[in-house]
Formats: sequence, structure tokens, C-alpha cells
Amino acid sequence: MNDDVLDVADVRAMNEVVQQPVVAKNKITDISEITETVGIPFADNAKMSMRNVDVFYGEKQAIFDVNLDIGVNEVIAMIGPSGCGKSTFLRCLNRMNDTIDICKVTGELNLEGQNIYDPKLDVVPLRARVGMVFQKPNPFPKSIYDNVAYGPRIHGLATRRADMDEIVETSLRRAGLWEEVKDRLHQPGTGLSGGQQQRLCIARTIAVSPEVILMDEPCSALDPIATARIEELIDELSENFTIAIVTHSMQQAARVSHRTAYFHLGKLVEVNETEKVFTNPDHDLTESYITGRFG
Amino acid sequence: MDKLNIDQHISQQYNAVLDDLKTEFLEMGGVVEQQIIDAVQAITKLDDELAQKVLTVEKEVDEREMALDDLCVQIIARRQPTASDLRLVMSISKATRDLERMGDEAKKIAKMAILINETGDLPAGFSELRNLGRRVQQLVNDTLTAFARYDVNTALQVAREDKAIDKEYDTAMRELITYMMEDPRNISRSMNITWALRALERIGDHASNIAEHIIYLVKGLDVRHSSASEMQEKVQQDS
Repeated sequence: MNDDVLDVADVRAMNEVVQQPVVAKNKITDISEITETVGIPFADNAKMSMRNVDVFYGEKQAIFDVNLDIGVNEVIAMIGPSGCGKSTFLRCLNRMNDTIDICKVTGELNLEGQNIYDPKLDVVPLRARVGMVFQKPNPFPKSIYDNVAYGPRIHGLATRRADMDEIVETSLRRAGLWEEVKDRLHQPGTGLSGGQQQRLCIARTIAVSPEVILMDEPCSALDPIATARIEELIDELSENFTIAIVTHSMQQAARVSHRTAYFHLGKLVEVNETEKVFTNPDHDLTESYITGRFG
Repeated sequence: MDKLNIDQHISQQYNAVLDDLKTEFLEMGGVVEQQIIDAVQAITKLDDELAQKVLTVEKEVDEREMALDDLCVQIIARRQPTASDLRLVMSISKATRDLERMGDEAKKIAKMAILINETGDLPAGFSELRNLGRRVQQLVNDTLTAFARYDVNTALQVAREDKAIDKEYDTAMRELITYMMEDPRNISRSMNITWALRALERIGDHASNIAEHIIYLVKGLDVRHSSASEMQEKVQQDS
């Protein structure tokens, strides 16, 4: 046999030498080495634009100098290991963190050029413009109709009964729930299945015609079919709304988002087109996380 | 603080499956490489037995191709690989096809060896065949080494060498054509040699394809349909 031929023993020996599959770029071993976000964190048509955002819980800093734009009608997914700050960051976007006393947010956070942390700004209309869907479906203990009508009622969006009926129907239709509930609008929302409840919460969110919808792991309590429906819905909603979604499921981020932002220990490591992130990420940490090397 | 150990997947099983995939691919590469060496030997030394061996090994190569394809499909279905893992699976899936085609070309050479042996005539072109055969063998060896080591530089070298082999093939063909024009009685005999040369040249092309897959695997760059120098440029721009 020719000496130059690779035989099986050679192959195994070589494999042992080369355990690390691909030499990744930006190889780092210490988190303090992450100084700036790689990829494309900025957008030309920014709906929301965040600069130098730091978040503290008491003494402890949870978010470090995050710079990010969210484009008009864009779906941006935020991923990262538990405790990386992705939910904390999301909750800054409609001042949901205000409810936590020890939480302090600094930096610039703008919605269409308007500083949302302006002390003079009323957070109630802000939260109508930037709606939120939570991890666990949390319908009010009211009828399906009243769940959806609640927001428009307190914001005074409809005065006549017929107008309200129309808002409720349109919202439920957009949330893909109308056909399933149109005959039982006055039964309690809590009687629906988990997936239906989550779509009801989405209907409730869009009933007040927000501009941005924040979703914090909206599918983590749902089965795969209900998840698929929500993802389909996100796709449809992105025609009219700007969506930021935090998800533990990398496959979900890959399926629904246009751009993906990878957070790690409070830092925004990489933002890139989703396709790029999942085939050839720029940062070594992103690569390691999405391929399941830590998390 | 926060030292990261990111060389391995959290799932040991997943590590093992990807390692297996790579090992099996390189093993198939070793089988095909031997097949090519045997085929060249068979035709230059007119060794009928060796030629027969090349034909039998073909079956094993086909089986390995199917097994590797199956493994790729399983990994995609069960693990949903991403980033470098995804590129590994995709490039192996494609490179496997190239290896199988290389095996087919080796088979053609072995068939020509048997044919030439049957007719008993010694046509011209043997030295060209030997030279080209040697270069192609080395090329295939370099290609597999580049894959095993994820070595982009060697992959680029393979792409360049393939172009050089194409030139040598053209030269050899011109000589054979001249030879055939000199005496038309040479034509049928020389045709067998030209087919074998052609098969060697095709093996070089497949090696070059695999080199492109290696660059995709390591760098995430699609360098198909570029010249060797364009490939080099793209790789340099990236790093």
C-alpha cells in the first residue's frame, strides 16, 4: 500500500489533533474583552433607537452600554443564555422596568426621536404605543370580548358600541382567533386553551393599535402547534407592526426574525441578519451559543 | 472570571456524532484515494487484477456515499445544526458526492486498463498518463489532508494545482491528437488513453470542488465559480 494514502488510523489521529472544528473569528476567553457590538446594530429607518444603555439593579449592573436600532416593521429577535439581560433590555423599551424600584436605566432610548425616559412623559400612552406580550398568557378574569375591549376603553379609542365591536373583531381576526371564539365572545378568556389565551393576549395588545410589540418568550408555555400559529401571526403582524421578540428557542429566532441580536452577560455581542447569524456568525461567542457549546 | 470552555458541545452525544461524520467522510476519502492510485497503476502497468479490484471497490464507495448521506439527514433532522456545524454537514454532504464521482472516474480508468490489456496493443501516451496520474494522486491526498485539518491554505493550493493539471491535460491531449493525425491506425488505441486522461482531469475537478467546500466550511464563504486567484482574494478579504 502506498505510504501517502490516508488510512483509517491516520484519519482518527488527525481528528484527535483537530478537535475544535472551525477556527472562529473574534476568539475570546474573557467577557471583559467584549467592548463593542459586531455586525449591524443600526438601521436606516429606525423606529426605536437605543444608545449607551446601562441598566442597574441596585448596585449590580445588568446591561452594559447597549447600542441598537430597531427598524420600522422589522422583527428583531433577542437571544442569549439565561441571565444575559435580553428580557431586562426588552422591558426597558416600554419602561416596564419602572415597576421595579431598584432598577435604574441610563442612556438614550428613543421612539421615533422622542426620549421615552423623559421624566415628563406619561408612561400610559407610551405603553399603548409599545405593547407587550408576556411569557405566560395572562388574560384578565373577564370575558373574551372585555379582554380585547379593555385597552381601547381606557384609552378612549371607541365611544360607540359598534366601533368597539369592530375593534374587537379586527383585533381577534388579526390575532387569528376570531373564527375560534366568535360564538363565545362573552365567555371568560381564562377558559381558552393556552395557545388561544396567548393569541387573546396578542389581540388585546394590538387592539390599542401599538406601533411596536414587545414579546417576552411568547411561546415558551405553548405546544408546537400553538407555537407555529403564533410564529405565523408574528410574520403577518410584521406587515403593520415593529416587533422585538425575546426567545429561548434559537430555532424560533431563526424562523421568525429579520435580524438577531445576541446578548451575553449584559453585553450586546452581535447583531446581524438572521440568516448570517445562523450560518456564519461574526462573533465566536454567538457561534458557541447557537451551536450549543454553552448556554 | 468567566473563562469559557467552548470547544465542545454541551451534548457529548452531538460531539460524537459530528466526529463520526467527519471520520467516516475521511475514511471514504481514503478508500477513493486508494482506488485512484490502483486505477492509475492498473493502466500504466497494465495490471488486470488491480483493475478488477478497482471495479469491486466501487460498490463499497457507493455504500459509503449512501451511509454518509443518511448520517447527514439524521443530523439535520435530530440536531438542527447551526453555524459551523451546519456548514460541516452541508459541505460533507456535497463533498461526498464529489468523492463518489471520483470513484466513478477511477472505475472508468480501470475499464480502459482492461480494454487496453485485451487488445494487447501498447498505444502512445503512457508517460503523459503516468505524469498526470501522479499529480492527480497528490492532489487528492492534499485535498483530504486539507479537509482533515480544516486548512484553507492547502485548499487554495488544491484549486491552483487543479488549474495546472487542466493545462497539463490540454498539452497531453494535443500531443495525442498529433499522434493520431500522423497515422489514423493509431486512433482507436489512442482513444482509450484519451478517455483515461479525461477521467484523471475530472478527478482533479472534483478535488477542486471539495476544496471549495472546505473554504465554505471554514470561512463560510461561497467561492464556487471563481478562478483560483479570485478564491484567494475572497479568502484574504475575509481574514
